[in-house]
Amino acid sequence: MTLSILLVVSAALFCIGLLAALSRRHAIFILIGIEMMLAAANINFIAFWRFGPQPAQPTGVMVAIFAIAIAAAEAAVGLAMVIAVYRHFRTTDVDQLDQLKG
Amino acid sequence: MSTIAFAAIAILTLAAALAAATLQKLMHAALCFALMFVGISAFFFLLGAEFVGLVQIFVYIGAVAVLIVFTILLTRYDVSKVRGFNWSGVLVAIAVFAGLVWAITKTKSLPLAAPPIEPVTVHRIGELLMTNYVWPLQCVGVLLTAALIGALVLVMEEKN
Repeated sequence: MTLSILLVVSAALFCIGLLAALSRRHAIFILIGIEMMLAAANINFIAFWRFGPQPAQPTGVMVAIFAIAIAAAEAAVGLAMVIAVYRHFRTTDVDQLDQLKG
Repeated sequence: MSTIAFAAIAILTLAAALAAATLQKLMHAALCFALMFVGISAFFFLLGAEFVGLVQIFVYIGAVAVLIVFTILLTRYDVSKVRGFNWSGVLVAIAVFAGLVWAITKTKSLPLAAPPIEPVTVHRIGELLMTNYVWPLQCVGVLLTAALIGALVLVMEEKN
C-alpha cells in the first residue's frame, strides 16, 4: 500500500461520483454522486496526513472530521430540496425542471 | 497482509460505488451507497484514523443513508418513464480519471512508505477541538443549526 495507489483509488471513486452526478437524471442520484466525491476527498486528506512529513500533528484527521460534518449538512438540505421540488412539480427528474416560475 | 486487505477493500468500495452510480432501482442504489461507506471506513481504519472511520459509519450509514431511503419512499419514481443514460457524462468521467492518473504517475516526489506513528486517540482529538480548532468547531455548530432550520423551512407545507 503506497500513497500513489491510494490516490488512484480515490481518483476512481471521485470519477464514479462524477459519472453519477453528470449522467443520471434523478435528483437523488446526483446527490449520491456528490457524496461520493466528498468521500474521495476525505480519503485524500487522510492519506496525505498518514504519508506526510508530520503525521504526529493530526491536521488531516481534523479536516476530515469537519468535512464529514459539512457533507452531512449538505445532504440534509439537498434531500429537503428534493422533497420540496417533488411536492411542487410532481417529479424528481432534473431534465423536466426547466422553469424558474413556481 | 495489509496489501491483501487493501486490495479487498478497494475492490469492494469501487464495485459498490459503481453499482450505486449505475443501478436502475433507487433502493438497490441506496443500499450499495451504504456498502460503499463501509469500505471507505475500512480504509480509514487501515490508515490509522479510527475515530474518522467511526464518525463516517455513524454519520453516513446511520444518518445519510437513512435520509436517502426516506426521500426515496416519499417521492414516487416511475421506472417506465426513465429515459436512457447520458453517455457524455461517462466520457467526461473517463477523461477526468485519465488526467488524474496521469498527474499521479507523473509526480516523482510522492513518499513510498508511511512513517510509524502513535495512534491518534479520541482524547487528543477532543483536546485539539477545544484548543486549536475551537473556532472551526463553533462555525460548524452554527452551520449545522442553519442547515437543520433550512431543511425544516424547505419541507414545510406551502400555504395557498
